[in-house]
Amino acid sequence: MKYAYYPGCAAKGATPELHQATLKVVERLGIEIVEIENFNCCGAGVITEADPNLAYLLNAKTLATAESLGLDIMTVCGTCQGTLGGVNKILQKDEALRNRINISLKEATELEYNGSVTVKHLQWILVKDYGLEALERAVVQPLDQLSIAPFYGCYILRPAAATGFDNWENPQSLEALIKTLGAKPVVYDGRAKCCGFPVFLEKEEIALGMVGSRVSEAKAKGANVMVTPCPLCHMSLDIYQERAEKKLQTEDDISLNMPILHLPQLLGLALGFTSKELGMKRHFVSTASIDDKLKVE
Amino acid sequence: MHTQITVQRFNPDKTPEHFVSNYAIEYDRGTTLLSALLQIKNQIDGTLTFRASCRSAICGSCLMQVNGVQKLACRLSLHDELETRGKIEIRPMANMTVIKDMVVELAPFWQKIKAIIPYIVSTENKGAASGAPTKPDDLRNIHEMLHNADGCIMCSACLSACATYEVSPGFLGPAALAKAYRFVVDPRDMIHQNRLEMLQNNHGIWDCVRCNLCVSVCPKDVAPMEQIVRLRRLSIAAGFNESVEAAHITEFTKVVGEEGRLNESRLPLLMLWGHWGKLFRMIPLGIKMFLHGKAPFPFKRPKGYKQVQAIWRHRPPMG
Repeated sequence: MKYAYYPGCAAKGATPELHQATLKVVERLGIEIVEIENFNCCGAGVITEADPNLAYLLNAKTLATAESLGLDIMTVCGTCQGTLGGVNKILQKDEALRNRINISLKEATELEYNGSVTVKHLQWILVKDYGLEALERAVVQPLDQLSIAPFYGCYILRPAAATGFDNWENPQSLEALIKTLGAKPVVYDGRAKCCGFPVFLEKEEIALGMVGSRVSEAKAKGANVMVTPCPLCHMSLDIYQERAEKKLQTEDDISLNMPILHLPQLLGLALGFTSKELGMKRHFVSTASIDDKLKVE
Repeated sequence: MHTQITVQRFNPDKTPEHFVSNYAIEYDRGTTLLSALLQIKNQIDGTLTFRASCRSAICGSCLMQVNGVQKLACRLSLHDELETRGKIEIRPMANMTVIKDMVVELAPFWQKIKAIIPYIVSTENKGAASGAPTKPDDLRNIHEMLHNADGCIMCSACLSACATYEVSPGFLGPAALAKAYRFVVDPRDMIHQNRLEMLQNNHGIWDCVRCNLCVSVCPKDVAPMEQIVRLRRLSIAAGFNESVEAAHITEFTKVVGEEGRLNESRLPLLMLWGHWGKLFRMIPLGIKMFLHGKAPFPFKRPKGYKQVQAIWRHRPPMG
């Protein structure tokens, strides 16, 4: 089991703990990865708003690089998965477009993409390729004290044509992973809605409304941890949680204080790594309550 | 075959609280949710209230939440829904005031549609100075230009599902904005620039978070979010490029074009420069991110950036 690892900008930028936890988890599980060291941004759905051709080209370069290695791609970011995976499906299906994009790609980089690569999020790799039974055997610290709210975010689910793993109407892969790690998944409506990240800098009120709504709903349903496969959702739910709480407090006396974990961090805890080894000190919302529950250092 | 339909109900004449009714029904491979609801109303419980008319996914009346997702009752096979979800639980549309059972107040939806001026404003009704009359050739490609934005049946599934509307009820919403796109690209319309200008305002095209919920629930493949993205592209091309929102797109693209990756320390500065209130509000967060080891060093270029610069130079022209 070997993949070309595409970390994405966030795991190499504002959420380095995601990259750190990913390396630990895949090594422990025996999943071999080759990092695409000169990777570029997927465009995150933003570049396509300015120039769809540029978005195709940037992702075609990543796909062609993995193709030259003879490997499928592993992502750890829901937004990269939706964007890079979505472009891949379009380029695989539309040969005329692929040929057009390849002309510019070849001129610029001497690379060419023939459509043979599959793009898979770590979440999907574990459920399908690695298998939940094998994962269960690797668990050394069952997370039975945790009630975990899965937060999928948008890009790993929608549009369905770009993703095609979970049914966006009722996704189950995060729940399956949470159960495999010995924890209890919490059911709540907001798990497949937006975290607000895309408009935070320009429309803070809207973003905070979404953060407050997701976290308060999960908390009301009994969650003591939230987990997400997307670092952009993580930034929104973790970094902006305090402001979202203040906004909610103007109407209601409510405390959020919900630790938000990247999926590889949750896996890492069950595989026996400490919160420090998984970079949780970098979070804005303290994860000390998780340590207390699991009695780990 | 037999199954049960669970209905979240509301009748303010009887009780101010929502209540649940369960109905046991018979169905076969051809039964739609709407035919099952009509069966319940005619044979089991005449008080069950819902809107419906054409039974053919044309009138858009019978929209409701089925297992938490916005769907037209007339278009939904009970058999298929039971196959994928194993149950049928229905509720009225989300984010709308419930009048009775499945019937919701749609006035906010129609106000949004009216707000975008949902008709062609031509030379005839705007005055002779507005532009040349349309020639038949101008309409030859109208179907492709509209990208199915004219396929909307006003069922309001998209508004009910909209993540922004849920927290910001003033948002014009997916259906109205898709309709706005439909008129902005129509060569017969003479107020394109005014329309684009209006859509820059608060609650216009820049409030969309691109969550794709509207695209996913639309029963007619109108893809409202994609029309909103087209409106953003047209706005920037038409010169509405000085807002923070437009800068998010143009500066993001420029930073990636120069550096290969998103520089998360540089982008907020480029976007918010000149918008001092917003920039000052971000400074405390930026400092805290730096202290938590979450602010990448802004002046280091990642490996491979030259290849991306070459891609930038070789990208095909926008068409």
